[in-house]
Amino acid sequence: MAYTPHKPPNPETSEELRARIPGWGADLDPANRPAVPKEVYEPHPYGAVWEIPESQPEKWPRERSIEHASVTPVFGTSCPPRGASGLIRKLAYRRYSEGRAAHWLLLIAADRVDTVGSTARSFVSKHPDNPLIETGILAEVSHHGLRSRRHQKRADLIHQSLDPLIVAGPWVVAGLLGYRTVRRLGRSLRKVSRSRGAGRSPRAW
Amino acid sequence: MRAMVYRGPYRIRVEDKPRPVIEHPNDAIVRVTRAAICGSDLHLYHGMMPDTRVGMTFGHEFIGVVDEVGPSVRTVQAGDRVMVPFNIFCGTCFFCARGLYANCHNVNPNATAVGGIYGYSHTCGGYDGGQAEYVRVPLADVGPSSIPDWMDDEDAVLLTDAVATGYFGAQLGDIAEGDVVVVFGAGPVGLSAAASAWLMGAGRVIVIDHLEYRLAKARSFAHAETYNFAEYADVVVLMKELTDRIGADVAIDAVGAEADGNLLQHITSAKLKLQGGSPIALNWAIDSVRKGGTVSVMGAYGPMFSAVKFGDAMNKGLTLRMNQCPVKRQWPRLFEHVRNGYLKPRDLVTHRIPLEHIAEGYHIFSAKLDGCIKPLVVTDAA
Ligand SMILES: NC(=O)c1ccc[n+]([C@@H]2O[C@H](COP(=O)([O-])OP(=O)(O)OC[C@H]3O[C@@H](n4cnc5c(N)ncnc54)[C@H](O)[C@@H]3O)[C@@H](O)[C@H]2O)c1
Ligand SMILES: [Zn+2]
Ligand SMILES: [Zn+2]
Repeated sequence: MAYTPHKPPNPETSEELRARIPGWGADLDPANRPAVPKEVYEPHPYGAVWEIPESQPEKWPRERSIEHASVTPVFGTSCPPRGASGLIRKLAYRRYSEGRAAHWLLLIAADRVDTVGSTARSFVSKHPDNPLIETGILAEVSHHGLRSRRHQKRADLIHQSLDPLIVAGPWVVAGLLGYRTVRRLGRSLRKVSRSRGAGRSPRAW
Repeated sequence: MRAMVYRGPYRIRVEDKPRPVIEHPNDAIVRVTRAAICGSDLHLYHGMMPDTRVGMTFGHEFIGVVDEVGPSVRTVQAGDRVMVPFNIFCGTCFFCARGLYANCHNVNPNATAVGGIYGYSHTCGGYDGGQAEYVRVPLADVGPSSIPDWMDDEDAVLLTDAVATGYFGAQLGDIAEGDVVVVFGAGPVGLSAAASAWLMGAGRVIVIDHLEYRLAKARSFAHAETYNFAEYADVVVLMKELTDRIGADVAIDAVGAEADGNLLQHITSAKLKLQGGSPIALNWAIDSVRKGGTVSVMGAYGPMFSAVKFGDAMNKGLTLRMNQCPVKRQWPRLFEHVRNGYLKPRDLVTHRIPLEHIAEGYHIFSAKLDGCIKPLVVTDAA
């Protein structure tokens, strides 16, 4: 009991556990634990022959945390920043350290802009986005969506119903933007033709 | 080559991408044979990790065959079967020189707080990952290791992250003989942590989750005592009842940013992204562990703030320990445990999904359908 000095006995003794569980106690001695102690000074492990690796050539001015002295000698080149989201990302890196919420909020905003833009762009590409395939939602049928949830005490069912909103978001936004652009374009075209045709056509809008 | 590509939250597809090339003299290009989907990938998939760009290929848990090496690579060569730790690390910076391979300072220009990780957003360095036919493996003289002849491929791929992380998480608990250990989360990481706790001499191992099929696995794979938190009004009280009001000696958070069990916390973090992560399991760990006890955090959280119950941790005199797992440091000892049959990584694998169907694989793993625990991606099906 917590209210007395004694630790309550476990349901099984060490001997019983050793007999039941293969390997019980193999790492009882901390000397056998590879992560103990946390820091062990051992420069040049494995095949490293450098003190600092050679520098990888930069193909574009690589965005970096301002907490770093310079771009690290090795880095990834997966997706160079581009478009509006790229501008937001560059601003986040240039202006704010990792210690600032603005840094992360800007990057998350850029992620959303990137998603909406990429989704919209995909419709004029050879490879339009297909939510049915990309969400893997068809697995609900092939992999027992119903049976996996029915009669289960699962705490995640209550919010899984929100997921479609997150997926549909970029489509709705892209659709609205598209609709407004088309309308605005239509209006300005009409304005142009009206001013050109002024005097010639008696028709009023 | 064919590669998984991120298109936005909850959406991925398989595309033709240029095969990666040598960009640094110590690069290797590896032809991937098996990759896995990790619980961490779900944080990217759900759009929670800042600077996750459309077009990125995920995947930080993979094995393969070396296809090509850069001019300065000496320790691996084309044709070698290799397992690649999820950490990209240089071996010699201030942090690597002290064994903190997950915290390397030379591989991630985007952030100083986190090291380099394959396919894990630009915040973790902007590297494409291994859920593809080929992957660029930087600093090939340091990271990859040859797969021992006796080792099964499925064991090897799980040792590059999930099982190594669980084993590491148990070590951070500083378990002493007879300790009561509670593990939150019965995913591949939590199951591995629970199984590893016994190796360190735990006297009792309790696993908490809300998915019955995973708790069943915790009983068979990790010999653990299990409780479904959805069946109890208050997990913290349950833990106190189970331990004579003392609390567990060690608690391990193997859930991370998208924990369930408190709708407000979940929505503000996983859905609205107002928090770096929903610390429900972490808070349960803090409140379930005994005064003076240790909390080991393996669950991943985003770089933003989270509503953690810090006052309780302080008042209870807790030791909080955490890190990304320095994978390669675990391997020599972990290999022995696998060889002796003390840990059986491949028993966690439930699904083997061809790369072309990876979108369905993500949905199955994310929505926890079909008894899914660990899905592997088979990249060389053709
Ligand atoms: N530190 C590292 O190096 C490292 C490495 C790999 C994974 N991770 C992290 O570990 C975590 C787990 O990874 P995984 O692959 O096992 O993921 P997973 O999604 O398969 O498992 C998470 C489990 O937690 C359960 N869960 C949800 N809310 C819970 C709660 N409140 N209490 C108890 N259980 C709860 C879920 O039902 C699920 O079974 C993730 O956050 C992942 O990012 C960290
Ligand atoms: Zn992982
Ligand atoms: Zn380093």
